[in-house]
Amino acid sequence: MIRFEGVQRHFADVSALDGLDLEIDKGELIALLGPSGCGKTTALRILGGFDRPDAGKVFVNDVDVTTLPAHKRDMGMVFQAYSLFPNMDVRTNVAFGLRMRGQDKAKRLQRADELLELVGLAQTADRYPHQLSGGQQQRVAIARALAIEPEVLLLDEPLAALDARVRLQLRAEIRSLQQRLGITTLFVTHDQSEALSIADRVGVMRSGRLEQIDTPQNVYRQPATQFVAEFVGAMNRLPGRIGDRGEVQILGHRVAVANPEGYASGGAVDALLRPESIAVVRDSAGPGEITDRTFLGSVTRLEVTLDSGQKVLVDAHGHGADSPAPGERVGLQIVAESVTVTPAADTPAEPELAIEPA
Amino acid sequence: MSTGSVGWIAADVLIDEVAPAGRAPTRRRRARPRLWRVSILLLAFIYFIGPLVSAFKYSLIQADGSYGFGNYWKIVNSSAILTALATSLEIAGIAAVVVVTLMLPTVVWVRLRRPKLTLLLEGVTLLPIVIPPVVVAAGLEQMQRSAPSWVVSLLFNHALTGLTPFYIVLAMPFTYRALDTGVRAIDLRTLVDASRSLGASWFTTMTRVILPNVQTAVLGAMFLTIALCLGEVVIANLLLYQTFPVEIIQQSLAGTAGIAVALSNLSLVFTFVLLFSLSFVGSRRSGRASRVF
Repeated sequence: MIRFEGVQRHFADVSALDGLDLEIDKGELIALLGPSGCGKTTALRILGGFDRPDAGKVFVNDVDVTTLPAHKRDMGMVFQAYSLFPNMDVRTNVAFGLRMRGQDKAKRLQRADELLELVGLAQTADRYPHQLSGGQQQRVAIARALAIEPEVLLLDEPLAALDARVRLQLRAEIRSLQQRLGITTLFVTHDQSEALSIADRVGVMRSGRLEQIDTPQNVYRQPATQFVAEFVGAMNRLPGRIGDRGEVQILGHRVAVANPEGYASGGAVDALLRPESIAVVRDSAGPGEITDRTFLGSVTRLEVTLDSGQKVLVDAHGHGADSPAPGERVGLQIVAESVTVTPAADTPAEPELAIEPA
Repeated sequence: MSTGSVGWIAADVLIDEVAPAGRAPTRRRRARPRLWRVSILLLAFIYFIGPLVSAFKYSLIQADGSYGFGNYWKIVNSSAILTALATSLEIAGIAAVVVVTLMLPTVVWVRLRRPKLTLLLEGVTLLPIVIPPVVVAAGLEQMQRSAPSWVVSLLFNHALTGLTPFYIVLAMPFTYRALDTGVRAIDLRTLVDASRSLGASWFTTMTRVILPNVQTAVLGAMFLTIALCLGEVVIANLLLYQTFPVEIIQQSLAGTAGIAVALSNLSLVFTFVLLFSLSFVGSRRSGRASRVF
């Protein structure tokens, strides 16, 4: 339904978009994830008609909209900053888009009330934006964007200014609304947990390019590049060697390789392992020592320093008190069925460690 | 005193409370700034109010030496003065509307699209202040002299068409700064993007979204322009236009200084009323969103 074709956008010497190709299906929610300056907001602004690409084209329903101005694009947008018009009450704000479309007053106010009902703010219709909390303002902004029944909903970090609790609640509400209305949505965020939890597909961007676009599960479990691996969640990078049967030997274990193509037997590689893919066992003769322990709620994150000096992050389930304490010697087990490998970093692979098999 | 700021405040409050029981030195130290403040305020009050009171008293002295509102009556009954006043008010009204119509879109455009031009614009809008009015008047006189006669009869023969364009330029330094401050205070880009994404054209965005949210700044800019038009005398006098401030000077020169001062007082009161109404609008906005537009 939406198609970016080789879209480029440069600001002075900086390349905000460096040939972006992206397709979004009807009714799909795509999250563009990346650090600040990666071009994700530029992509969204170009789709919204607020900016024009230097090269490339943007299609909506196979119609080239590259040069169509924003007010003719029929797209609802919610911004990071509070964007309600301060001089209008909530109902008038929500009805603004309909007024621009020439709908008569009674109809548009009724529609505004329906949408306020939808976002659970019917009682605030007569208030002014400055009388609402941040979360309420963003809800009204969503209602306002949806009032025009847009073909596409653009969300530019709409939750970034909100506190943690409201953020979690509102992101669930956005997802449920989006699914209920079946509206094609582009959601831009730098928060990986937000992107993973809300999207049908997550596009990870870096320096104006898409590094990977896939389901949240695949982006997390099988990151296509090292950048994706390290940007989405915590990631251990452990030196290993490809075995005879295409498996990788790491920490004394043999584990299947998720991406075996192009790696020769005996070659040195780095294996990428999530903290939850490794487990610790208390072992006074183990190869590592706990050097830090952080209680994160559902898991306890342990930092294990191996005798080689390498640090490994491990997530242990259960109470912090059950897991080994700093100073204790431990052994490591790998609980993942397969791992992603990348070419080894410049440093030679660490000698293999004698650890009990998992 | 404790080292932390919270501790310091707490200790200060404590001293304040026990002060009546004999901590006079602390009280004296705290009282001194208050004395200064009062005396400076008093001096400023005398400086500003003294001449005003004197002027008002002077304007009440009638031709026969008695006190009364004779001068004010003469103003009301003088067609020359009323015509000049009407001319000045017309110029002021038109200039105020035109200058805002020109400057607000300019300020918005520069903020959104060409932020680097801000410095240039600040410099350019300062020129009318930097160039003395006498120089401007001399230049205009030259221009009028060499202009074809149809231009003179079309434009320069009437104060309204002869002066308004130049007053608009003269008002730029004030209007630009007032509007720029107002536009800086709102999240311009987000409001404009939101309005555009909802289907509003640029014109609608300006009139329904930007203008209502910078209305205090717009009114400030308009009132400053009006005050300027009611006070500018050098250019109008040198180019022989009969405006309100020129009339004040002529009254003064004609030996009827009482009337001239009475006129000045009236114009001062008018400006005060404008400014007070502006601060009223401002306070209404901060309390509850207003819907003037």
